[in-house]
Amino acid sequence: MRWSNWALGQMVLARLREFYREPEAVFWVYGFPILMTIALGVAFRENPEPQYRVDVSSGSESSSVTSTLETEKTSKGDPRYLVKTLERDEAIARLRSGKSDLFVHASGRKFTYLFVPTRPESKLARDEVNNLLQRAAGRIDPVNNTSEELNERGGRYIDFLVPGLLGMGLMGGGLWGVGFVTVDMRIRKLLKRLVATPMRKRDFLASLMVSRLIFMVPEVLVLLLFAWLAFDVTIAGSLWAVVFLILLGAFSFAGLGLLIACRAKTMEAVSGLMNLVMLPMWVLSGIFFSSERFPEFLQPFIRLLPLTALINALRAVMLDGMSLLSQWSELLTLVLWGSVSFVLALRLFRWS
Amino acid sequence: MNTAIRCSQLVMTYPGRPPIEAVRSLDLEIARGECFGLLGPNGAGKTTTIEILEGLLTPVSGEVEILGRRWGNGEDDEVRQRIGISLQETRLSEKLTIRETVTLFRSFYRSGLDPDEAIARVSLQEKAHARVGKLSGGQRQRLAVACALVGDPELMFLDEPTTGLDPQSRRQLWDIIRDFRRQGRTILLTTHYMDEAEKLCDRVAIVDHGQVIALGSPAELIARLGGDHVIELSFAEEGPVMPAEQFAELPGVLAARAENGTICLRVSQLHTVLPAVLDRVEEQSVPLSRLSTRHASLEDVFVQLTGRHLRDEGEA
Repeated sequence: MRWSNWALGQMVLARLREFYREPEAVFWVYGFPILMTIALGVAFRENPEPQYRVDVSSGSESSSVTSTLETEKTSKGDPRYLVKTLERDEAIARLRSGKSDLFVHASGRKFTYLFVPTRPESKLARDEVNNLLQRAAGRIDPVNNTSEELNERGGRYIDFLVPGLLGMGLMGGGLWGVGFVTVDMRIRKLLKRLVATPMRKRDFLASLMVSRLIFMVPEVLVLLLFAWLAFDVTIAGSLWAVVFLILLGAFSFAGLGLLIACRAKTMEAVSGLMNLVMLPMWVLSGIFFSSERFPEFLQPFIRLLPLTALINALRAVMLDGMSLLSQWSELLTLVLWGSVSFVLALRLFRWS
Repeated sequence: MNTAIRCSQLVMTYPGRPPIEAVRSLDLEIARGECFGLLGPNGAGKTTTIEILEGLLTPVSGEVEILGRRWGNGEDDEVRQRIGISLQETRLSEKLTIRETVTLFRSFYRSGLDPDEAIARVSLQEKAHARVGKLSGGQRQRLAVACALVGDPELMFLDEPTTGLDPQSRRQLWDIIRDFRRQGRTILLTTHYMDEAEKLCDRVAIVDHGQVIALGSPAELIARLGGDHVIELSFAEEGPVMPAEQFAELPGVLAARAENGTICLRVSQLHTVLPAVLDRVEEQSVPLSRLSTRHASLEDVFVQLTGRHLRDEGEA
């Protein structure tokens, strides 16, 4: 059989041509993940020391608090404390609107702290300031301690973030890429024209998925290369395992994209469905923080989501150097999502 | 087996309030080698009918047989290999070139033409490497036909192949269709242009409100009117006007009607009736602004049958 007669190959080729002849699409697919990595990388690279914005009561008994904090700042070179002396009412207003983290009032041998328990930096400020004031007042810690900071590669936030961004990119690319193209072809009646030929329907759907896999490889490589050059993010495990996971993830989300777009007749309808499907994964699947933070009863559900499986497996390979085989349950989840979606889409697909 | 297309008692209803009866018990039988036209105004059910025959729509009831086979019997692929289709409106991928598009369609067929051959049949060789997005309406339509031709079909369906095209593009498409017909292949086309049906089709079915209201060769249908000439008279815009009845009583006038200030008389013997008509105008001394005669057309057949024109409502 000649290559020019091979329908699946011709359809994939047509998709690739359409894609590379659309400069905007190329930019969004390849430029966007880089912009995203730059923005997040810059935001998190320095991991700056937290600053404590402390307001101190203007009462005369509180002046010792101000001077303790100021001494810490000037003599010990600890720049973390931003101290202001204010009336109680004004200080409360500032706390409420997030302009300060802590209000301290001293009377006799007693410190009163006002803080916002739902804001981690507020709690942290209370503990730090309390330690400082207690030690200044003569507290001696019964046990010696030293703290060491872990800043080695693989443990930084950017290392954690890159697999999450990869997963997010694969999800967005797979769903939008396949979904929009499908609905666009349906609106243009191109699907109807194609189904009027002896074209095999599964070839058509497979061509959408295969072309998506092909687009994804350079997209992902660009992101990995950029993360390596700019932030020194490396892969602890095997590069081939990462590539395999990326292809499997792209397959899984392309299948899901087909399923979402299999009946939709308008762009609005398919956009709504896309967002409905993606939203829980954006929130739950651990792109920006570990999904372990969600309550225990949600965990089985979260682990079933394809994005969770993909990101967890990527992190295991990239950060911990695990083998693919150790991630078998994640791989199985991805394979099932992709293939079940494909089969369902093939049955439910609306051609006109 | 000399029948290419056969359908009987075809019924298609679209849901709605009230339900839209697009096709109401329609029968057709089209022989191999025939160029057959479905002629009718917009909304007559032509597209619904042709899409049922193409196997793209499932009728509510009725039988369809294409090249001796039925849709949905597990033989669909077999039928699709042997037919070519051009839909009323398909926007092919604008980013692909003509050659890429035709090659893509070729890949769906087990056997067929070389893509370059199909492109040559529709005279687009010089544009073979142009993107679809850069083509004119006529060129796009010819490309659509090339995609239908590339599987070397025995039977071709063309839904309004020339709608909206300029006269030159229409003639180019007619040549392509005649060429296909000359190879002994079958064509079913829909159109709302009477001249197109008259020039191209061996037989036409005039369709209105989802039913065939007349069937035969264009010449037969016109002959059935009785008179094959039409006299058209117009009067000066602000002057007096003569009612059509004044002419209806003249011997040799088979039908008379007035529309938009023009009186149309259908006559059999032009040379005897015309002097009598002019005498009548002279008697009344009403100034004429225009007088013309022409052969009766399928349009007249349609008007005779329905009292309406084929392209009544604001059709371009």
